[in-house]
Amino acid sequence: MLEIKDLHASINGKEILKGIDLTVKSGEVHAIMGPNGSGKSTLSNVLVGHPAYEVTKGAVTFDGKDLLAMSPADRSHEGLFLSFQYPVEIPGVSMVNFMRTAVNEQRKYRGLPALTASEFLKLMRQKREIVELDSKLANRSVNEGFSGGEKKRNEIFQMAMLEPKLSILDETDSGLDIDALRIVADGVNKLKTPETSCIVITHYQRLLDYIKPDVVHVLYKGRIVKTAGPELALELEEKGYDWIKRELGK
Amino acid sequence: MNMKAEQQYIDLFTQYEGLICRQSAEALNTPRAKAFADFEKLGFPTRKQEKYKYTEADKFFAPDYGLNLNRLEFPVNPYEVFKCDVPNMSTSLYFVVNDSFDKHVHPSSRLPEGVVFGSLKDMALAYPELVKKFYGKLADTSEDAITAFNTMFTQDGVLMYVPENTVVERPIQLVNILRADVDFMVNRRVLIILGDGAQAKLLMCDHAMDEVNFLATQVIEVFVGKDAVFDLYELEENHNSTVRFSNLYVRQEAGSNVLLNGMTLHNGTTRNTTKVLLAGRGAEINLCGMAIADKNEQVDNNTFIDHLVPDCTSNELFKYVLDDQAVGAFAGKVLVREGAQHTVSQQTNRNLCATRESRMYTQPQLEIYADDVKCSHGATVGQLDENALFYMQQRGISVKEARLLLMFAFVNEVVDHIRMDALKDRLHLLVEKRFRGELNKCQGCAICK
Amino acid sequence: MQIEPNKYVKELTQEKYKYGFTTDIHTDIIEKGLNEEVVRLISSKKGEPDWLLEFRLKAFRYWQTLEMPEWAHLNIPEIDYQAISYYADPTRKKEGPKSVDDIDPELLRTFDKLGIPLEERLALSGMAVDAVMDSVSVKTTFKETLMEKGIIFCSISEAVREHPDLVRKYLGSVVGYRDNFFAALNSAVFSDGSFVYIPKGVRCPMELSTYFRINAANTGQFERTLIIADDDSYVSYLEGCTAPMRDENQLHAAIVEIVVLDRAEVKYSTVQNWYPGDAEGKGGVYNFVTKRGNCKGIGSKLSWTQVETGSAITWKYPSCILTGDNSTAEFYSVAVTNNFQQADTGTKMIHLGKNTRSTIVSKGISAGRSQNSYRGLVRVSERADNARNYSQCDSLLLGSRCGAHTFPYMDIHNETAVVEHEATTSKISEDQIFYCNQRGIPTEDAVGLIVNGYAKEVLNKLPMEFAVEAQKLLSVSLEGSVG
Repeated sequence: MLEIKDLHASINGKEILKGIDLTVKSGEVHAIMGPNGSGKSTLSNVLVGHPAYEVTKGAVTFDGKDLLAMSPADRSHEGLFLSFQYPVEIPGVSMVNFMRTAVNEQRKYRGLPALTASEFLKLMRQKREIVELDSKLANRSVNEGFSGGEKKRNEIFQMAMLEPKLSILDETDSGLDIDALRIVADGVNKLKTPETSCIVITHYQRLLDYIKPDVVHVLYKGRIVKTAGPELALELEEKGYDWIKRELGK
Repeated sequence: MNMKAEQQYIDLFTQYEGLICRQSAEALNTPRAKAFADFEKLGFPTRKQEKYKYTEADKFFAPDYGLNLNRLEFPVNPYEVFKCDVPNMSTSLYFVVNDSFDKHVHPSSRLPEGVVFGSLKDMALAYPELVKKFYGKLADTSEDAITAFNTMFTQDGVLMYVPENTVVERPIQLVNILRADVDFMVNRRVLIILGDGAQAKLLMCDHAMDEVNFLATQVIEVFVGKDAVFDLYELEENHNSTVRFSNLYVRQEAGSNVLLNGMTLHNGTTRNTTKVLLAGRGAEINLCGMAIADKNEQVDNNTFIDHLVPDCTSNELFKYVLDDQAVGAFAGKVLVREGAQHTVSQQTNRNLCATRESRMYTQPQLEIYADDVKCSHGATVGQLDENALFYMQQRGISVKEARLLLMFAFVNEVVDHIRMDALKDRLHLLVEKRFRGELNKCQGCAICK
Repeated sequence: MQIEPNKYVKELTQEKYKYGFTTDIHTDIIEKGLNEEVVRLISSKKGEPDWLLEFRLKAFRYWQTLEMPEWAHLNIPEIDYQAISYYADPTRKKEGPKSVDDIDPELLRTFDKLGIPLEERLALSGMAVDAVMDSVSVKTTFKETLMEKGIIFCSISEAVREHPDLVRKYLGSVVGYRDNFFAALNSAVFSDGSFVYIPKGVRCPMELSTYFRINAANTGQFERTLIIADDDSYVSYLEGCTAPMRDENQLHAAIVEIVVLDRAEVKYSTVQNWYPGDAEGKGGVYNFVTKRGNCKGIGSKLSWTQVETGSAITWKYPSCILTGDNSTAEFYSVAVTNNFQQADTGTKMIHLGKNTRSTIVSKGISAGRSQNSYRGLVRVSERADNARNYSQCDSLLLGSRCGAHTFPYMDIHNETAVVEHEATTSKISEDQIFYCNQRGIPTEDAVGLIVNGYAKEVLNKLPMEFAVEAQKLLSVSLEGSVG
């Protein structure tokens, strides 16, 4: 589904990603772990086409298509979704209006007719239940005045609305208490199908207790330095990253 | 022909003063002589005057315009032009054609007993004492040449009177129609009086019907009694060759609550001067404005809120979106007089410039002579939030659509101050249409179409 | 807990201005009045070249066509420009050339009393001083040490003699004589002031400082300062000023011009403590100053910091023209007014280059019956892509008879600009005072603490020695003004 080859990227002239190779197949869950500043968020931002980052080398294909040639909106239409680490507040734009525009633009891209107002509201109601999102939040402006946990739940709600093929969860667990974490993780699991994939970016094992990864990667200084099964995450939780650094030092 | 712009009007007034007066009423005629003297002294404002720095008044008055001093009737049936069908909004609808109150049509609904809404000229004849008591008492001809000019030439307009403790439930809508076959000038006058405890809402829509150059001056005086509540919405939807100078004066007594909301969707050149006197304790003013301007449109708002007494509140919010070569100006002054303790005043002006050629001038001012006050102002000129734009794109919304959504949100903050839900909904739609370019030609009163 | 405010303020203002003494010294003063002859006389007394006399005469002729500006929020009594003497030289004991040893010991004692030692062995480490009394520079310290690095620091009169090419190239290049009424007046009759040139790539190793003192009665002070920072250089410059307590008003109309070239940085700090007049508003200095820097070079930086506590009337807008791409400008100001003082002060940030940044932080504090205004302009020109400005103007009112005003102007001619202005007006809350009281801090100390906290953002920008002085000054000027 996603194939990254020798990806290099920089911001303000500073190279952050120094040659990433990664393949994610349909139905797989990949965890990417790594110490602060290793390039985890850069990777997710580059994949969704954030304009601040410049790809200097390498290729990314998504379902066989050249992902890097697409606009951020088209990447979304193709089924790529990023749950942001820090979702932005957009005052004055209501959630309903925002989501309706997003859903209908996606439908237009796929040659489907726009949803009517009642169809859309029905869809909103259904999806809201998945993440136990309060109906009051839906009437507010996008993320405005939401607590940290509400913002993350709102991200998963949007994921439910847009039904992506590949979701990237960028530190979705940060700032969540244990109950909120469970609700968010349950939401992600409910949305999971054999055809959809997921990249989970996290510092901690905690989230991986709920969302079980098939593969765990360690990102360090802009490169994937270790890839193994779920047991790697447990090992990292126990020993930290120092042993990997030492191993690399040799 | 190096004649100053003032001279032709001085000559006109000298020659036709008799005619102007004959076609008007005594209460309107009395202040003309002083207005004329003041105008001769002041002349048209030039850019050298701080208050008119951004709008060159003399330039607009220099061309030759027709004036209807003889009060000839213009053949127009407003009901045929306007079929008001705003969902869920029923108003008592009145028309002013150029500067004459249209007497042929009457709204289907009746106003509460004692409420007067009609031709200023007729009412000045019918209730001379009432009109004399208020007319020209706020609009000082010695300090503003446009007010002096209007006072010299105006012959009619509107009187709105709401007696003590009378509540006008149904909003009143006044449509100002500009209709002429040659370049034309109108001098409109509006006098609004709300007794103690009275409540009313007035929606004024400006509409130019013909593709000639129009120059309109308008002076509105509003007296708001104790604990009275008054909303005034002004919607401007004219074509590019209209020029409007509007001077609005408001005096508020204790405990009164006033909302002024001026929305410019289309125009040529607009200059609004708003002066609010908070004269009684506990009075509250909410003064808002919004302008969407493109091409060579120009919108200049000059506001002055005068806190004369303690315990008053003023909230001011103005937003501009400027495209193409549009020019926006905002100068807002809040004066807190000595002794006006416990004043709460907030002023905000936010602007979006979409092109290199557009220009924004903003000048928020605070003048404070009392210490126990909470006053703040903020002004910004900038662009749409890049992070929000990206977030929306990640959700599959195109850049173009994302920009539009953010622009609606930007101006809707002003629209949301409207205290009439149906009108608010209607304006949300109009704003959207305006930004989508579906409203780029004046199509009749947009409220009603 | 209630203090009689008037009584307290009165007591304080009586004692607060500790620089109010006069120096009894023979001073060569030319006759009162202003005409072309006077301009020629000043020029000849200073032995100036013809081009400078021409410059003065052009300025004078232009000044005669002007009228006093009235746009400021100030009530300025009419000034009789013929009742002022335009040149006073306290160093002239007798005819003949003066040398450093020739300085009247009385003069040295004066500066000692002001805390400005002119003998290098006594000096504060790391500070070179140019001391100016009335129309003449008395002495510049550490000249030789600085010269070793190629730094020129001397009086402007000396610079005219020794470095005419530099002076001629830059004098009037930032503030032209046609700039405004007081700039024209200054250009015609300017007396002394400091000249600084920092060569390419040099970081000035010490703070440069000029100390201005008006002494002679009925004279105006018209100093002129010119600072040039060549490519990749750095200098921090301090300016201090005091004047005797006199019943009549004294006129001070100075010009400061700063040229900042590629990647150079200039920090200019002022603690302005001219005599503010007495508690009844009698006397005091009229401070009408034009200060402007041109960030001419790419990546250049100019920072203005001012603490304004003195003067009866202040009319002053230290400004920056951001000509060079990527240049940066800052303006940090604390203006305190008490009694009958009036201040109309602020800045102009003119963005001409691309990616230019400016920051404005202004803190006004008004007490007594004073009027304190911030006036600022931020202009972003057509070609100044990606310009950024942030302005913050706060006013603190102490007492119900003073005024605090803000008049910011924003003229934006470029769609990529982001310009923000915020202003608030408030008073010291009773809760804050009470909290301090409960912890055993008396009200007047609490006010001092709170005001210093309020002004901290600006005070922090001052060099150390100045920051301490400024902090003391703030507390002293305002103690007891809250009842």
